[in-house]
Amino acid sequence: MSIKTPIYLDYAATTPVDPRVAEKMIPYLTEHFGNPASRSHVFGWVAEKAVETAREQVAALVNCDPKEIIWTSGATESDNLAIKGAAHFYAATRGRHILTISTEHKAVLDTVRELERQGFEATYLDPEPDGLVDIEKFKAALRPDTVLASVMLVNNEIGVIQDIATLGAICREKGVVFHVDAAQATGKVEIDLQRLPVDLMSFSAHKTYGPKGIGALYVRRKPRVRLEAQMHGGGHERGMRSGTLPTHQIVGMGEAFRIAREEMAAENVRILKLRNKLLAGLQTIEEVYVNGSLEHRVPHNLNMSFNFVEGESLIMAIKDVAVSSGSACTSASLEPSYVLRALGRSDELAHSSIRFSLGRFTTEEEIDYTIALVRAKIGKLRELSPLWEMYQEGVDLNKVEWAIH
Amino acid sequence: MAYSAKVLDHYENPRNVGSFSKDEKNVGTGMVGAPACGDVMKLQIKVNDEGIIEDARFKTYGCGSAIASSSLVTEWLKGKTLDEAMTIKNSDIAEELALPPVKIHCSVLAEDAIKAAIADLRQKQAKNVETPACTATCKE
Amino acid sequence: MAPTYFDHNATTPISPRVREAMWSWLGVPANASSRHQFGRAASRALEQAREQVAAAVGAHPTQVIFTSGGTEADNLAIQGVCGGMEPSRLVVSAIEHPAVMRPAQALQRQGWQLASVEVESNGQVSRTRLKETLRKPTALVSVMLANNETGVLQPIPELAETARSHGALFHTDAVQALGRIKVDFAALGVHAMSISAHKIGGPQGCGALIVDKRLDLRPLLYGGGQEKGRRSGTENIAAIVGFGVACESLKTAPLMTEALRDVLEAGLRQRNAVIFGARAPRLPNTSFFAFPGIDGETLVMALDRAGYAVASGSACSSDSSDPSHVLLAMGVSPELAQGAVRVSLGPENTLQEVEGFLQALDSVLSNLRQMAAIAA
Repeated sequence: MSIKTPIYLDYAATTPVDPRVAEKMIPYLTEHFGNPASRSHVFGWVAEKAVETAREQVAALVNCDPKEIIWTSGATESDNLAIKGAAHFYAATRGRHILTISTEHKAVLDTVRELERQGFEATYLDPEPDGLVDIEKFKAALRPDTVLASVMLVNNEIGVIQDIATLGAICREKGVVFHVDAAQATGKVEIDLQRLPVDLMSFSAHKTYGPKGIGALYVRRKPRVRLEAQMHGGGHERGMRSGTLPTHQIVGMGEAFRIAREEMAAENVRILKLRNKLLAGLQTIEEVYVNGSLEHRVPHNLNMSFNFVEGESLIMAIKDVAVSSGSACTSASLEPSYVLRALGRSDELAHSSIRFSLGRFTTEEEIDYTIALVRAKIGKLRELSPLWEMYQEGVDLNKVEWAIH
Repeated sequence: MAYSAKVLDHYENPRNVGSFSKDEKNVGTGMVGAPACGDVMKLQIKVNDEGIIEDARFKTYGCGSAIASSSLVTEWLKGKTLDEAMTIKNSDIAEELALPPVKIHCSVLAEDAIKAAIADLRQKQAKNVETPACTATCKE
Repeated sequence: MAPTYFDHNATTPISPRVREAMWSWLGVPANASSRHQFGRAASRALEQAREQVAAAVGAHPTQVIFTSGGTEADNLAIQGVCGGMEPSRLVVSAIEHPAVMRPAQALQRQGWQLASVEVESNGQVSRTRLKETLRKPTALVSVMLANNETGVLQPIPELAETARSHGALFHTDAVQALGRIKVDFAALGVHAMSISAHKIGGPQGCGALIVDKRLDLRPLLYGGGQEKGRRSGTENIAAIVGFGVACESLKTAPLMTEALRDVLEAGLRQRNAVIFGARAPRLPNTSFFAFPGIDGETLVMALDRAGYAVASGSACSSDSSDPSHVLLAMGVSPELAQGAVRVSLGPENTLQEVEGFLQALDSVLSNLRQMAAIAA
């Protein structure tokens, strides 16, 4: 059996553009190059029509009105626009407190931190050890002056799914604007915005087999949610987000979301089977821990800590398999994952974690190969590990007085 | 981040992995770093009657650069006197392995491990008694 | 038959080389922040594009911040420079693109004083007028290098020098200038400069802000810390690669000359058109004109039916039927401004197309005049 390496198991960082999506994008990179804002000629009209078709496709995946979809340059911009835009708009009438979760993506956390610098107050609620938000703790953290709460639907590192319906209902009752980062959720969990009490929701194309550089923000119309624009200019997207719309990217996002809607159910079954196979193949190794709830988790994610093996050296050892030791955004730093630490994982387990994220093009052969490779390399690295040696000698590592360096 | 060829070589074929018995009186053990920081290095040296380091062993929990740094110093240590070993600088290690700036701390750790191993040995020999059991305790 | 495209200031066709370069980046999963080999390959491509863009504008690669386009670059410059300061005073020219004007107005709502510096009747900002405006202490001046509607070029090195001598920072929107005239960041002497890919044969959805490294810039987008923390968000690698190739192509392709535009304008003058900004140095590809008594919007629609894609003003404001603020600032009467039509040529346009356009114009004009006579 020959297998093509490197094997890509980092779909949570980004996905390749589906060939069907790329095909749809080509005409808009060739003859249909118009600026959708050009109202005076057919080049503009063709582009505008394509943009509106894509808007309908995105809306269809999440069951909302196309008018509620605003194009952005990606989920980071959607998060920034939603949080700063709503906080600024409603601060005077509702208050200046923001509630979020300590395991949110940096695009949410750093935006909230920026608002703190501008005089807002913020609460960063820790989730439970399984990564899920405790409903009562969430309720208790809301204040009379809470203007906005932001909770992600699917966590990028551990893949756990939050109970957005319940959290949203609480926010609705208290008159708090509720934002949800769904960048990791589209095509993985069903999203029905007719039913979910969510006011703002961020989407990204490139996590769902669409192109990079394009995302969207859902802005509820009934009851209407208002935003202060963050990017000003020609007044595109009804003044909420200015800038020439990148037609080919928008077409790509539309097609990617159309495919996601049609194939999600079957794809989830297939990927869950592969993920469970990976899990079964790895959890029989001694001293491994799954990070985050397995039950409330997308099928695509497996985040494990291999005790006594440092994550980066494991990634290097299995270099034929592309995985990550945390989110791509933070993987340049040497800090252990803040998400795992928020779950209460010890620093050493956080340092020993690997995120496997599976996707549309993952095959069973790749999973078999990965299991064999990881098992072999864990053995080798533990032979090298002084911590493993101490563990086997029965030394309690927590009782050792380590030199702080 | 791309690793240098030398780091990859030491990482893939680490030299002198293993342990000596900590209780032997001609073995010095240095353990530096902490799991919480993502690096723990255990370095051991064995000296002969002339005071020359005749063998060295290491085990390292850490990234590829940390493993390579400790593997490299076990090679460098062999044949040196303790005084000569004390002159190995982290900058020599970083230069030899072409470590990028974010990995310089790995070479610092390796230098610390050498010093800790030598200090342990000297302490043992000065007391001329066996060290207590918990050699896992490490101090800088 | 496909219509002839004469609206290159709105957007340009993507060059085949750019498309090819982008193509290979769509099918691979490449997040430039990932440390595995897929990510490292993306990161190398990103840095190569950064070098290509920097080289095209006479800047150092570390001065390039990639954005989602010209609008974001302008917003980052205006809001980013002023956002970190105590509100003081901001000066923009009266003919700026909304991507500069609107963020400036947003700052005004946050307590900034906003002053507009008027242009002369030829469409240029004079140094004397800027000096007058700068008598009051000012934090930032923003004047565009080339106007998107008239194509009139501003004397940026002089204006930037004036601003500097008054202790103000200077930003220029060079979105329309890049690829049409030589653009050299260092020679312009500005602190920040916006550029966009889709005006030079690159893709939509990508631009850059070129910055003086000493500039203290507050980000617009917070998150993963990409672009050294100055612009978070996963890099749009395919588009950035395309932007790089488009910039690289500028090195070898000769700049367009005025030749074709001059043929067009000679024909327009024969037909009694008023050409705006003709007394000032202009972009070689742009002609902004009006026929007295003929409505611009109507003329544009008639030309579209005749097979020529032109514009009545900038694409972003083409929703509104208000006369061009640029022309009003130049002292053009609202009636005449209402007739404005913009032709912006590209390297692929030919003499035959321009001659065909002039012929089509004759029949379109005579039809419109006939209708106007009937209506009267």
